[in-house]
Amino acid sequence: MSMFSIFSVSGSAISAQSQRLNVVASNLANADAVAGPDGKGYKGRQVVFETVPMGSEASAGVKVNAIKESQEPMRKMHNPAHPSADAEGYVTYSNVNPVEEMVNMISASRSYQNNVEVMNTAKTLLLKTLQMGQ
Amino acid sequence: MIANMVGTLDFDSKALVLRAERQRIIASNIANADTPGYAARDLDFKAAMNDASGSNQNIAMATANGSNPGSNGLATAHARHIRLPGLPGGTVGTTSNLAYTSQSQPTADSNSVDLDRERANFADNSVRYEATLRFINGRSKTLLSAIQGQ
Repeated sequence: MSMFSIFSVSGSAISAQSQRLNVVASNLANADAVAGPDGKGYKGRQVVFETVPMGSEASAGVKVNAIKESQEPMRKMHNPAHPSADAEGYVTYSNVNPVEEMVNMISASRSYQNNVEVMNTAKTLLLKTLQMGQ
Repeated sequence: MIANMVGTLDFDSKALVLRAERQRIIASNIANADTPGYAARDLDFKAAMNDASGSNQNIAMATANGSNPGSNGLATAHARHIRLPGLPGGTVGTTSNLAYTSQSQPTADSNSVDLDRERANFADNSVRYEATLRFINGRSKTLLSAIQGQ
C-alpha cells in the first residue's frame, strides 16, 4: 500500500546482489587454484535468482534460490614438473573463466547501485511526505 | 461549502496514493532486473486515476444507457452481457490497472525488464509525486490563509 515496502523490495535485491558479488569474489579468488592428484579442483559457482512476492501483487522482491556449480570441463595444463601433476603430467586447474566473472561482477555492482538509488529516492519522497502541510 | 474546499485536496491525495503505488511497482521491476523469467509490470496511471476519481467515461456512458458499470469499470449495454471478472476497481490502492510491459528486446532468460526505461520511469514518477505533494501543500496553505483571514 505505501512506499515503505520499497525498502523491503530493494533491500532484498541488494542482499541478493551482494551474495552474487560474494560468489564472484570466491570464484575469482580460486581461478588459479590447482586440484590435488585426485583431479577434483574448485568448480565455479553461480547464483540463481528467484522472485519473491511481498505482500501485494505490485511488490516483488528477489532472493537467491540456489547456488549451482558450473559443469564446464576443468582446465588442464601440461606441466610434469608441477608437484600436483597427475600420472600423464597434466595439472588440473579450476574451471572458472576470469573474463566471465569480471563481467558478472560489473553487472552485480551496477544492479546494487541501482537499488541503492531507488531506496534513496524513496526515502527523500517519504521525508517530503512527512513535511506535508508545513 | 466545505466539500468545495476539500474536493481538490481529495483528488490530489488520490493521485499521490497512485503515484506511490506506481513507484513501488517500478522499484520491484528494478529489483528484479536480473531475475530469470520475471515479467515487468506497470500501472496505467490515467485509467487508475479515472477509476479512483469516478470520472470514468464508461460510467457516464453507462448511466446514460441506464445500466451499471461492471466491477472493472466496463459498461454493459445489455442485461445479459457477461461482465469481465476484473479485480475490484474504483478504490484507490487496488492493483486493478496493473499490466505487463512489452519487451523492448528479446533476452535469453525471458526477463522483460528494460532497465533504462524503468529508471526513466522511476525518475519521472518521483518528480510527479513531488509535484502532487506541492499541489497539496499549496492548496492547504491557501485554505489556511483563507481561514485565518490575514
